[in-house]
Amino acid sequence: MEVFLEQFINGLTIGSFYALIALGYSMVYGILKLINFAHGDFFTLGSYVGYTVLVFGSAVVTTHFGLWGGLIAAMIVAAACVAFMGVVVERAAYRPIYPAGRLPAVVSALGASIFIQNTIMVIWGPRYQAYPASLIPNIHIQIGGLHITMLQIVILAMSFMLLGILYWIIQKTTFGAAIRATALDKDTASLMGIDFNKVIFFIFTLGPALGAITGVMVGMYYRQISFTMGWNYGLKAFTATILGGIGNLPGAMFGGLILGVLEMFGAAYISAAWKDVFVFLILILVLIFRPTGLFGEKVAEKV
Amino acid sequence: MIEETKRMGMERFFGSYQSLFFITMTLFIIYPFMVSDYYIDVAFFFGIYALLGLSLNIVLGEVGLFDLGHAGFYAIGAYTTAILNTKFGVPILILLPVSALAAALFAYLVCSPIIHLRGDYLCIVTIGMGEIVRIALINNPFDLTGGPNGVYGIDFPSLGGPFVIDSSIEYYFLIWLVVALSIYGLIRLQHSHIGRAWNYIREDEVAAGASGVDVRHYKLLAFVLGAALAGVAGNIYASKLMCVSPESFSFWESCLMFCIVLIGGMGSIPGVLIGAAFISLFPEIFRPFAMYRMLIFGTVMILMMMFRPGGAWPRKRSGIEFTSFLTRKDRRRDG
Repeated sequence: MEVFLEQFINGLTIGSFYALIALGYSMVYGILKLINFAHGDFFTLGSYVGYTVLVFGSAVVTTHFGLWGGLIAAMIVAAACVAFMGVVVERAAYRPIYPAGRLPAVVSALGASIFIQNTIMVIWGPRYQAYPASLIPNIHIQIGGLHITMLQIVILAMSFMLLGILYWIIQKTTFGAAIRATALDKDTASLMGIDFNKVIFFIFTLGPALGAITGVMVGMYYRQISFTMGWNYGLKAFTATILGGIGNLPGAMFGGLILGVLEMFGAAYISAAWKDVFVFLILILVLIFRPTGLFGEKVAEKV
Repeated sequence: MIEETKRMGMERFFGSYQSLFFITMTLFIIYPFMVSDYYIDVAFFFGIYALLGLSLNIVLGEVGLFDLGHAGFYAIGAYTTAILNTKFGVPILILLPVSALAAALFAYLVCSPIIHLRGDYLCIVTIGMGEIVRIALINNPFDLTGGPNGVYGIDFPSLGGPFVIDSSIEYYFLIWLVVALSIYGLIRLQHSHIGRAWNYIREDEVAAGASGVDVRHYKLLAFVLGAALAGVAGNIYASKLMCVSPESFSFWESCLMFCIVLIGGMGSIPGVLIGAAFISLFPEIFRPFAMYRMLIFGTVMILMMMFRPGGAWPRKRSGIEFTSFLTRKDRRRDG
């Protein structure tokens, strides 16, 4: 039972990372019908910017605002830099290509992904970088037979707070309504007075910013970051997006959490080496029986 | 009548590019005698990518199915060759059709249950399939695949007799002979009822189904044929490198194949060759730029899509087309 609960919490932690990255994929997909391959690399970039701030800049912040100030500063700086990068990439690599159709945009997205990945490699070097140790005091908490670290609690709390805020933005605010309306029907939404360009600007700042914050959290959690890690997380997050039903934002969140928990259970009860196979098999099975994902609505086929 | 059809066939083959075709052919034949082994090998890998591009072009270019797991089929072909050759000593060239069959059978079994999925859902399932193959290879099932190190000690291609392909020039001619044969076959296919059915499905699946095209059957056929060609590429690749390891068949490799088809132009065979040349020669040409070359590579990919979104050499549509009925926007939405 303890193993079960521990794995469940580990799964939720990883799942919340996937969920946060998946939101970026899902927003872009919902509106532009584009698989934004560069999104995984926004995440990596965020992780590296956060690393730089924590290593070189945090002394200044930490002495004035304490440990939490340093961490939050790292996240804000990373989010701001990457959000800026997101808008730049959208302007430079995607906007000129929308009119040509979806497939050229996919190639352009792959190009952007290669570009960002190699920019990171040129700036920070091809080797692994390590996040500073014990940012969060290394405290073990024991509830019954259950071991949780302070770090896990902090990360879980932060990511669930972010997911909550995002859920609120998407479901309750006007901006969220604009995003959902545009995803549903771009033309009608424009006729109703929704500024398409503003929506695009919004999703290309919000998505990468979320990815960047996730990057900093992943750095804190695993302590080791590499310039290619965005590829793997991006793939998983994209899987989560589809699992939840593509373009469906709450679906992407739940898809991410479910994926993380499944992965951890697969690793604990089946085999750590085969856990990804287990995840992809479940995805394929879900899609065979529910071709639009777990929470996807059935869309009538247009003739 | 038959003569005339044949002549028209030839014209369709070369179109107005007849002279270009013969010049290229001559260049291809004299090229390996003019340069060092290194450049022959570069041209060999160009050939491998051309073959992979052609194989994905069947699925993605002709039928319009998003397949981002094509490296899985490539891996099945390469590992079939590697295992049967190292464990049982079967000659490589005999394994060439065996690898093709193994990859085709795998594609048939895996794609049968998922073929009804549409667009991006099919895309993610093929990604999953490719990843499952790669992870399975790393985990060394039944002690066959050698885990992360892979299988090594694969022979030179031969039929078991005294004739052995063991120099760069011979490899070069082997791969380009296979590519040439595949191109010939694929052009024939494009002009057969199968090719027309494929293109019909790509343009409008519902209409194709409504006019009696067995959509499921033709989609599966595309996957099976594409996988078979990828299996052939895997066979030659395995014997050239003399070892195979799982990292050669990553998701990245599938993405490269996807780019080959789209950079060249969907469904266009000369386009695939251009795309393959771009993917395989670009990193060689820009080698002096060392760590910046992939940066340039990414930028050029974006620029190409900006200026030639339909690909470098888009396929000409044959026959009559009612462009006035279809606005550009309608077509865009189908994508």
